[in-house]
Amino acid sequence: MTNRIETALVHGAIREGYADKKGAVNVPMYLSSTFHQESIDEFGEYDYARSGNPTRAALEKAIAELEGGDRGFAFATGMAAVSACFMILSAGDHVVITEDVYGGTYRFVTKILPRYGITHTFVDFTDLEAVKAAVRPETKLIYMETPSNPTLGITDIRGVVEIAKQHGALTFLDNTFMTPLHQKPLELGVDVVIHSATKFLSGHSDIVAGLVVTKDEALGNEIYFVQNSFGSVLGVQDCYTLIQNMKTTAVRFNEESRVAMRIAQFLHAHPLVENVYYPGLPTHPGFEIHAAQATSAGAVLSFSLPNYDIAKAFVEAMKIPVFAVSLGGVESILSYPAKMSHAAMEPEERAKRGITDGLLRFSVGLENEDDLIEDFTQALEIASTIK
Amino acid sequence: MSQRSIETKLVQLGNLSDAKTGAINPPIYMSTAYQHTGIGESTGYDYTRTKNPTRTILEQGIAELENGDAGFACSSGMAAVQLVMSLFKPNDELIVPEDLYGGTYRLFKTFAENYNIKPVYNPFTNVEEVESLINENTKALFIETPTNPLMQEIDLVTYAELAEKHNILLIVDNTFYTPYFQRPLELGAHIVLHSATKYIGGHNDVLAGLVVAKGAELCEKLGYYHNGIGMVLSPMDSWLLIRGLKTLHLRLKQHDANAKKVAQYLADEPLVTDVLYTGKGGMLSFRVKDASMVNPFLKGIKLITFAESLGGVESFITYPATQTHADMPYEERVARGVCDRLLRFSVGIEEAEDLIADLTQVFDSLRGEFA
Repeated sequence: MTNRIETALVHGAIREGYADKKGAVNVPMYLSSTFHQESIDEFGEYDYARSGNPTRAALEKAIAELEGGDRGFAFATGMAAVSACFMILSAGDHVVITEDVYGGTYRFVTKILPRYGITHTFVDFTDLEAVKAAVRPETKLIYMETPSNPTLGITDIRGVVEIAKQHGALTFLDNTFMTPLHQKPLELGVDVVIHSATKFLSGHSDIVAGLVVTKDEALGNEIYFVQNSFGSVLGVQDCYTLIQNMKTTAVRFNEESRVAMRIAQFLHAHPLVENVYYPGLPTHPGFEIHAAQATSAGAVLSFSLPNYDIAKAFVEAMKIPVFAVSLGGVESILSYPAKMSHAAMEPEERAKRGITDGLLRFSVGLENEDDLIEDFTQALEIASTIK
Repeated sequence: MSQRSIETKLVQLGNLSDAKTGAINPPIYMSTAYQHTGIGESTGYDYTRTKNPTRTILEQGIAELENGDAGFACSSGMAAVQLVMSLFKPNDELIVPEDLYGGTYRLFKTFAENYNIKPVYNPFTNVEEVESLINENTKALFIETPTNPLMQEIDLVTYAELAEKHNILLIVDNTFYTPYFQRPLELGAHIVLHSATKYIGGHNDVLAGLVVAKGAELCEKLGYYHNGIGMVLSPMDSWLLIRGLKTLHLRLKQHDANAKKVAQYLADEPLVTDVLYTGKGGMLSFRVKDASMVNPFLKGIKLITFAESLGGVESFITYPATQTHADMPYEERVARGVCDRLLRFSVGIEEAEDLIADLTQVFDSLRGEFA
């Protein structure tokens, strides 16, 4: 019997091994850095917590199962996960990467990878011809993020995978915005799935964490080598918190997405709002592609107001959401990408990507939806008075 | 192999408890429920209030350290006192030293008023006098030694013999000395309890209580009430106590060495009239020359923290009159020696010279006005 993903989220990490954990329903927290060995010749499954820890193993097994992969890896942060994956490349390799990538990934690719002789080309991934044109003989990796951050651009995953396969390049995909509930990149041929688990998977704005899943054994071994060598693993208590929080990912994400659609429609109809970026709106240029590869439009949307002063007045008038970086928490989070998630990007690069001075990103939380709409209504009314 | 020393037992607590992984530190079981493989087939764990694998390691550990038969981890030191008090019925009487922790005093008062379980107070300086208080309703001697905050040692062997003679329980609060310095069960006591918040936790981070008893019947009763009332310690806090215990001996050696130096310094200080120190452990009390010195003294200390509680790595000074003994009526408090000039010092494990330097600067600042 194969369980549906909602069931796997609740049971994933814990279904087996009752006998080894005294029947406990939950995975125990192994705050043990080292493990006693029974024999000089043969070591047990665990020897040192960087290399493997039973609590972390339960989490890694769970995310692998959820993504339909065969091996999972837990990292200290989303960026630790992203950078560990890039570290399987070597000097001379080239990366084709979506231009509206998360600001932290942008910084890593532009400031750190060149030190190792790894080059990159940014491309508008909504244009498959442009992706194809950017691939060179030394291209080893095509890196996707869909929906992308913050303008929710949609990449045709199947299309990019086909290009990569023709060139013998790997594909990585940052699946943070969709979670395995609503987008299964491995099933579409992607080689490595990456999550900032800080977001919807944990979902309580409490821990930072990253997860990676692979399906190919050799690739899994390469990522494990980096994970163990660099050591940016997730701590045991955070592994436990993440396992527990993932049990409510389905109920949280689905409710937040439902309300996100309502807010997107509300903003779309509002005269002060210039653009709404949400892949659930038929007006979104990636609407059809997204619908063909994902089963939800997600809980994050962005929208642009005419200018900085109006955006500032709006932010100051909003009462319910926290004004902060990050997303995916139970609390609604309002962000200003130009100075937050994409502050690491040069102004001209930001402008190219539609990250204007009036752009705001909203991560829908679990507050009452009418309260959120009322809050938007009053804040937009105040912002409307700004000349 | 010979019987392991207490230092080794402390350090090794929880090691080799998880055969499957070999984990050196026992895992933290944050699981409320435990799967049964069939009807009547339990792993020994069913529901975390009744038994939790992490708590079990702590409970077995403290039982072994105190040389008892069973241990019970409680959510606070007062919860441990309450667990022990569940053994008594209306009209039962307990003989208790006058110099008692204020929280215990308050709880005993409640038990007397609500359940007619009565504490009978005595200074415990004369065993015949204590014996004369024993009647057919007397069920236990409940003592703290050394006492808090007056640091009087009560001879456990003497009172164990008295309890034996009258077939009553000897219950000892061993918070100040811990099993490292004193093991009452080996001297004839029946029940030992701890505010494990103090030296056993040792880092001023966990609130916890421990009870250890000897004898199958007593242990079974305590186990019944522990589960029935439910004042159990959480798995996370149980783990923190296990970690704390691993350095108990090192910490206590340093608390003890520092307290000896501080006691000597205070004895030589003219603004101090009395130093109450047993010569063992990290706790001492002292009286300053004048009650009006207390507030400027507490405001003037810089390194030492003015705070309630004790037994942590950081030095604390407490003012019993308004803190630990605030619930005791003034006349009664003063009659017991907890006067307004009394300060209690939980000497931490900082460098002793730094503690003495802090005391020196504050006494020097007060010398003009009070000398």
